[in-house]
This record gives sequence, C-alpha cells and structure tokens, in this order.
Amino acid sequence: MAFLIGQQMTGGYGGADILHDCTIGDEKGEIAVVVGPNGAGKSTAMKAVFGMLDLREGQVLMNGEDITHLSPQDRVMKGMGFVPQTANVFTSMTVEENLEMGAFIRDDDIQETMAQIYDLFPILKEKRRQAAGELSGGQRQQVAVGRALMTKPDVLMLDEPTAGVSPIVMDELFDRIIEIAKTGIAILMVEQNAKQALNIADKGYVLVQGRNRYTDTGAALMADPDVRKAFLGG
Amino acid sequence: MESLNAFVLLANFVLVPGITYGCQLALGALGVTLIYGILRFSNFAHGEAMSFGTMAAILFTWALQNWGVSLGPLPTALLGIPVGILVTIGLLLSTDKVVYRFHRKVKASPVILMIASLGVMFFYNGLIRFIIGPQDRNFTDGERFIIKARTFKEITGLSQGLSIKMTQGITVVVTVLCVIALFYFLNKTRTGKSMRAYSDNENLALLSGINPDRVVMITWILVGALVTIAGTLYGLDKSYKPFTYLQLLLPIFAAAIVGGLGNPLGAIAGGFVIALSEVLITFAYKRFLGYLLPDGWAPESFMQLLSTDYKFAVSFTVLVIVLLVRPTGIFKGQTL
Amino acid sequence: MMMNRNLLLFSGMAGLLMLVGFLQSWNLSLAIVNLCLISAVMALGVNIQWGYAGLLNVGVMGFAALGGLAAVLVSAPPVQEAWEAGGAGIIFAGLVLIATIVAMRLVYPRLQGRQRLLAMAALGGLGYFVARAFYGPATEAIELVNPATSGYLGGLGLPILVSWLVGGVFAAGAAYVVGRVALGLRSDYLAIATLGISEIIIAVLKFEDWMTRGVKNVIGLPRPVPYEVNIQNSPFFQELAASANIPLIEFSSIIVKLCYAFLFGGVLLIILYLSEKALNSPWGRMMRAIRDNETAAEAMGKNVTGRHLQVFVLGSAVIGIAGAMLTTLDGQFTPASYQPLRFTFLIWVMVIVGGSGNNWGSVLGGFVIWFAWVEAEPVGLMLMELVTSGMAEDYWLRTHLLNAAAHMRLMTMGIVLLLVLRFAPRGLIPEKR
Repeated sequence: MAFLIGQQMTGGYGGADILHDCTIGDEKGEIAVVVGPNGAGKSTAMKAVFGMLDLREGQVLMNGEDITHLSPQDRVMKGMGFVPQTANVFTSMTVEENLEMGAFIRDDDIQETMAQIYDLFPILKEKRRQAAGELSGGQRQQVAVGRALMTKPDVLMLDEPTAGVSPIVMDELFDRIIEIAKTGIAILMVEQNAKQALNIADKGYVLVQGRNRYTDTGAALMADPDVRKAFLGG
Repeated sequence: MESLNAFVLLANFVLVPGITYGCQLALGALGVTLIYGILRFSNFAHGEAMSFGTMAAILFTWALQNWGVSLGPLPTALLGIPVGILVTIGLLLSTDKVVYRFHRKVKASPVILMIASLGVMFFYNGLIRFIIGPQDRNFTDGERFIIKARTFKEITGLSQGLSIKMTQGITVVVTVLCVIALFYFLNKTRTGKSMRAYSDNENLALLSGINPDRVVMITWILVGALVTIAGTLYGLDKSYKPFTYLQLLLPIFAAAIVGGLGNPLGAIAGGFVIALSEVLITFAYKRFLGYLLPDGWAPESFMQLLSTDYKFAVSFTVLVIVLLVRPTGIFKGQTL
Repeated sequence: MMMNRNLLLFSGMAGLLMLVGFLQSWNLSLAIVNLCLISAVMALGVNIQWGYAGLLNVGVMGFAALGGLAAVLVSAPPVQEAWEAGGAGIIFAGLVLIATIVAMRLVYPRLQGRQRLLAMAALGGLGYFVARAFYGPATEAIELVNPATSGYLGGLGLPILVSWLVGGVFAAGAAYVVGRVALGLRSDYLAIATLGISEIIIAVLKFEDWMTRGVKNVIGLPRPVPYEVNIQNSPFFQELAASANIPLIEFSSIIVKLCYAFLFGGVLLIILYLSEKALNSPWGRMMRAIRDNETAAEAMGKNVTGRHLQVFVLGSAVIGIAGAMLTTLDGQFTPASYQPLRFTFLIWVMVIVGGSGNNWGSVLGGFVIWFAWVEAEPVGLMLMELVTSGMAEDYWLRTHLLNAAAHMRLMTMGIVLLLVLRFAPRGLIPEKR
C-alpha cells in the first residue's frame, strides 16, 4: 500500500464527471508526476486528492487512513502541503511573513523549519524583508513551495510549479524539488513540461480524459515509444 | 511679525480643527477599510455603528457623572469609551451572526451584503432613536481648553491668538495611540498577520489553516473599538447628535476610497486629505491675507472659496477627482 | 398559477386599503393610495437600475428632489422684481461657467501631464472666480426682494404637469454626470458617488435661496386639479354629495384626491407599460445578460459601461418624474424634508421586498411598504400602549416607550429588509426567468 493514494476516483465539480476511475499515488521520498494533454483532468485529479472536489466514488488514503471526507484544511493538519498553480503567495506580505503564515497551524517554534527553507532557497533569505509580490516569477514559486513546506508536511503537492517560468528557472526548481524529496517527503506534481518532469519522476501517471492511460516509473514512460510519440513530442 | 500672526491665524482656524477632524475621519475610514478588506463589502451601517458606540459611551458616562466619578481636567467620557466599545462589539458580533454570516456562507455577491448593511443601518437608526431619542446631547466635562487664545497672546505677544480645545488635544493623542496599536497588531502579531493574509488571498489563507470565522470576529472587534472611539471623539468635539453620523458616512467613505479601499495607511492619509481640503476650502482668507498683503491691499470680501454649507461637496469633489485620475486610490487598494 | 398568486397579492393590497377606508376614513385611504402610486413609480425607477442592471443607486433622494425643484422652476409664478434685481447677474454667471467648461474641454486634449493639470486648475479657478463676481451680488439682490414672500426668482409660471417631464430631464442630467464618473469602476463606487451627489443636491436646494427659497420653502404651487373650495361652491357637486350622503367638505377632499390618483395612476401605467416593453425587448434581455455575467457580456463585445449609463439615466429620470409628482401632490417644496432614510432607503426596501427585477413586484412593493410605513406608527403606538398598560401612568419607562414608539417603524423596515434578503431574496413577485 502506497503512503498516499487516491483510488478509483470518480467525480467532478458538481456537473459531469471529469475523473473516471482514476488512481494516483505516491511513496515517501519519491516524486510522482501526473502528465497528460490539456483538459485531461490532471489538476482535477490532484485537487481530488487534496479534497477540493467531492468524489462520487473511490477513496483517498494516507498512511493507511481513509481521509476521503476530510476538508482541505483538515488534510493540511494531517500533513499535506499544497501549492496552487496561481495566486500561491500573499503578494502584499514579505517573504518571511509568507513563510510564517504557512506555519499558521503550528504552535511550536518555527525558526528551525524556516532556516531549512532558507538553506534550500538561499535567495529567499536575502529577500526575506521584501513583499512577495515584488519578486520574479521563479522566486515567487520558491516562496510558494517554501510556504507549503512550513507545516513540515509528509506530502507536498504542486500544481504546475513551472508554468510561466524560463527553462533555466525550471531546471533549478526541479533540482530543489529533488532535494525536498530526498528529505523523505512524498512529492506529487502535475506538470505541463512532461519530458523534463518525467526525467526526475520516480513514478509517472499519464492521464487522458480523466482516466489512467499509462502508469509506470518515470524512466520506463520516457522509454516507451507510444508515450513518447503521443505525449512527449517524439 | 505680520507673517507670524498670519500663520497663527491659519493654525488656529485651519490646522488645529482640520487635524482634529482628520483624526476622526481617519478612525472612521479605518473601520470601513478593515471591513472592506476582510468582509469585502462597503458597510453603509458604519455611520450608525459610530452613533451607537457613542451613545453607549455616553450612557455610561452619565452614570459615572451621577456617581460623582471624574477625571479632573479630562472628560469623564474617556472612562465611558471602554464600556461603549464592549457594548458596540456585542452589537456588531450579534449583527454578524444574525445577518452577514448567512450571506457569507452562501457566497452572496458583495452588493447583497451592501444592501443588507442598508437594512442594518435602518435597524441601528431605529434602535438609537428608541434608546436615546433624536435630541442633541452634551456630555463633555472637565477643562475646556489646553491653551486659551488670550493666554497664548499674553505669552507670545502676538495679536493673533491660538486656542486648542481639550477635546482636540485628546482626539489627536487618542488617534495616534489607536493607530500605533492597530499597526502593531496588524504587522507584528500572528493574529494580525493572519488578517492581512486573509485579506490578501482568501483561498491561500484557508489552505494555510487560517480560520475565517476567527478573522471575521476579530475584524468586528477592531471595528467596534474604532467606531466607538471615533464616534465619541467626534461627539466630544461637536456635541452628540444621533443623525450627524449618517452624514459622516460620505466623508468617511471618501477618505477610505481616496486612500485606497482596504488599505489602512490609505485610510489615514485619506482622512487627512478630506478633512484638510474641507477646512481649507471653506476657510475665509480675508484676515489671513490682511496680515500678509501690504496695507490697503486687504481684500473687501471674505475670500472664502466655498461656503461651509457645501462641505459635503468638498469630499465629493476630492472623491470624483481621485476616481477620475487614479481609481485605485492614492495607495493601491485591497490589502490590509 | 403564478398569475393567480400575483392577483391574490394585489387584491390583498386593495383589500387592506379598503379596510382603512371602512375603519379609519376614505380620505385617509385615498391619501395613502396617492403616495403608494408615487412610491410605486419611484420603485420602478430604482428597479430599472438595480433589477435590470444591478446598479446600486444610493442617491434616490437627490434625484427625487431634483424632480421637486423642477416643479418649482416650472410652475411657480415668476418674480418680476427679482429678475430685474439679479436675473442678468445669474444668467451671466451661468454663461461664464459654461464657457469655462467648454474652454477646459477644448484645452484638455491639447496638453499633457503637469501642464494639463496646471492649465485645468487655472482655467477652472479663473472661471469660478469670475462667475462668483457676478453671482454673489446678484443673489444678494434677489434675496432682498420681499424676503418674506419671495426673495427668489420664481419659476416660469407654466402648468405644473409640464414639470413632471422636466423633473425627469433634470434627474437624467444629474445621473449622466454621476454615471460618467462612477460607472465602469467597482460597483461600490457608484453607490458612494450617488450618495454624495444626493447630499450635494439637497445642500444646494437648502442653501441657494435665490433659486428655491431654501429652508423658507416654496408654498402654494399651482395644482393640476381643482381646489376643494371650488368643488364646494359648485352646485353639481353639492347635489352629488347630498345624494351620496357624505359631508360636503369631506366629499370635496375625496374628489380632489381621486383626481390626483387618476393622474398618478396614469403615469404609473404608462411607465409600467414602457418598462415591461423594454424588459422584454432585446435591449432588456441584453441588460439582464450583462447583469448576470458582466465578463461574458464584455467578451461578446457588449459595451457594458455604455449600457449601464443608459439604464442608470433612464431609471433616474423615472425617479425624477416621481419626485415632481410628489411635490405636485404636496403643493409645496420643502428641501429640509428630504431625508435619506425616507427617500432612498425606503424605496430600496420597496424594490427588494417587491422582487428585484420584476416591475410588477416593484409596484406591489411600493404599495405594501408605503402602507406599512404609514400604518406602522399607529399600530406601533397601540402595541406600546398594550405593553405598558400595566405600568403606572407617569412611570418613566412607560413615557419613554410611548415616545419611542414613533421610531419603531425604522427598525421594522430594517428588519423587513433583512428578513426578505435572507429568507425570500427574490421578493414577493420574483423575476421571471
């Protein structure tokens, strides 16, 4: 049994179902990547795991516990961290305040975690007194990831973290994500840049129209000629 | 000497009353801006809430005066304010529970909340008339002046006097204390920061585990304190008429918008912009120019740009100019 | 089914009014009806803005007062002496102001940045001071002409019915200016701008004595219907009253009120007919589409701000007409009587309770709420007497409560509005979907 798993999830935002019997999961310390064409329900699948839509069928298990009916807030308490695709920082607040707000549910000392995040993203330490809204796109993503890490989560979920950043920044961000995974956190990530993402993935899910099409290790998917042709541009 | 006299004249009739009024507007606008930033609607019941808070403070002040309690030179109302604040917070929190919370839960558009606040305004207005009636009330006691015009003249030897009323001094001191406390709260405490976070990005605040009900509750508590203080200071300064507060709504909103709705710093700046323009434009410059111009040049007319009857027009005009030139206000809006 | 319910609601309202007729007096009942009719027209105006387009007008009072001003300026007899004393000065000041605005508009596109700002300020200031130089002495002279009875320029001496149209035009003009500034920005801004303009309009009417006599009021405006005295003197009506077995004085007053009701009812029907026509036309459908999804409508190439301006001006015109009708009914113009709670917020209660977006709803709301507003006072007093009947005659709480009963209706209206918003947000007669 995987550490985190959304099993046979079926559901949507009230109207027609978007997900059909879709399963995605992840182990601690591993990176799982969800890829697929536009409108395949990638983000929806992740939101379903995070509890942002009601499932008609299927369940979400974390560490063996059924969390299908918990609200997103409660899942944060259980150890999930989520980085939305857009509007993922408090633009009017400083970098440090963003991190502090990320740790809002914690009552213990957060200095150590903050120091770890500054080690991970040294540029944030430099800019910690600046408003997050004044930072560049890549730096903002770092703040967003840092904010989600402040709860010391077991699972970190990222919704297209590299959308709209330059290739260099993307590589850099992926490096950091690998580092985060090495600390024993399970990483679940939705990505548009399928090739680069699968390169660092321990596990890959290719979704099409809300269903699992291919599921394998990242390397195996990269090697699969069908996947390459259909989804990775040859 | 002449120019010194001119300056004292201006200070006496423009600066001192303008700053006092600016403080009162700033406190009122801070409340409007907090509600806008957190609850995301323009609260039309704000004027009546100020009136209610003042009434509560007055009722307790009368009780204190009856018991013979006094603060010596300071007005007894200062002791009435805390009780007024508690009563007002109670009213605001129950209003939120009975009225606004429902519309918030069903995610009603801000316009619906605004109309609900019209209903609340009606209700408060009736409540105030019911409890204290529509008459004028005077509740100021203690020393009347900090500096009397005559004393000032004797000390300085100038022919122009400067008087500062006790209520004006108190208004400025209390406002400064309130603003410092509020900004400390918003920028330094965890709860205050969580309010700013909620105002900045509601969804992300929820994801971070910030409890929206608590944020809303704290907002109303702050607003309760602000409206009571602002209302009582205004009442001390000008005597309490329940309905003047309805008319304060326009300058207060103008101040909040001019500064940038949702921005506390803007609310304060807006309050002073509105108050000082009102006083500067309705001031009669005849004597001022008389001091500055050579003999024989003194103007015949009052040299008043606009009669005081039209002071609303000033806040409205400032508002219109800002809306035309910079609709987001002097400071960018929408964040605490 | 729906139709039956509406019929029931309207007949219930008629029943209530008849009840007042039987229990209190027909004179009172008709007086209420007349104000109900005017309220209904005002509510229609607000519904055009709020119900059709979702625009929040918090300045109903000001637009209604402009209608009242029209009644004075159109129908009051001109004061010859005052015109001789200061008419020229006022006209000249007006011309200077117009010239200033024209000059500013000409200069505006030709300059940039700081220069433009300076030029605008200089031109505006110059125009203002020149105009004031003529205006000040002129108004002083005018206000000195028989201050006890006139002291103002008077009107044109035309039939007062003309003012109903003029009132609409005045209100539409003010609405155009406010709309140009505040529409297209956040919805709150329109609310606050209208609140501001209405306060300013009232201030102008209160303090510009040369135009409106200010708080000295203009009384004895001509009527569009016969005077009671004339009816009492007419043998035809004397006989009619005798055969109906009603005292002549009461009879004459009822006839006058009926004439008013006839006129007001006519206006209401015309506006209602036009409003319904407009609502169900392509234009009305587009308005509602914009209201329900502004972004989508904008994306489809609709000029949202332009449409809003249209509907805002139209609605305000209707409010202006109602304002002129009200002053006509009163026969006098009293600027101090314009209170926001009575004029702006009560009308809002009418529209919301009646059913936002439904014209029939607004009409019903106008009737129901005005009726409740009028009857709340005696009923409130009765209630309070009941509550306090156990207390001693001069017990302080009893006197306090009895005095306070008069203010109960404000609270009641607030509660009614809040209850409807919460439990029946679509009102008595919901909008057709």
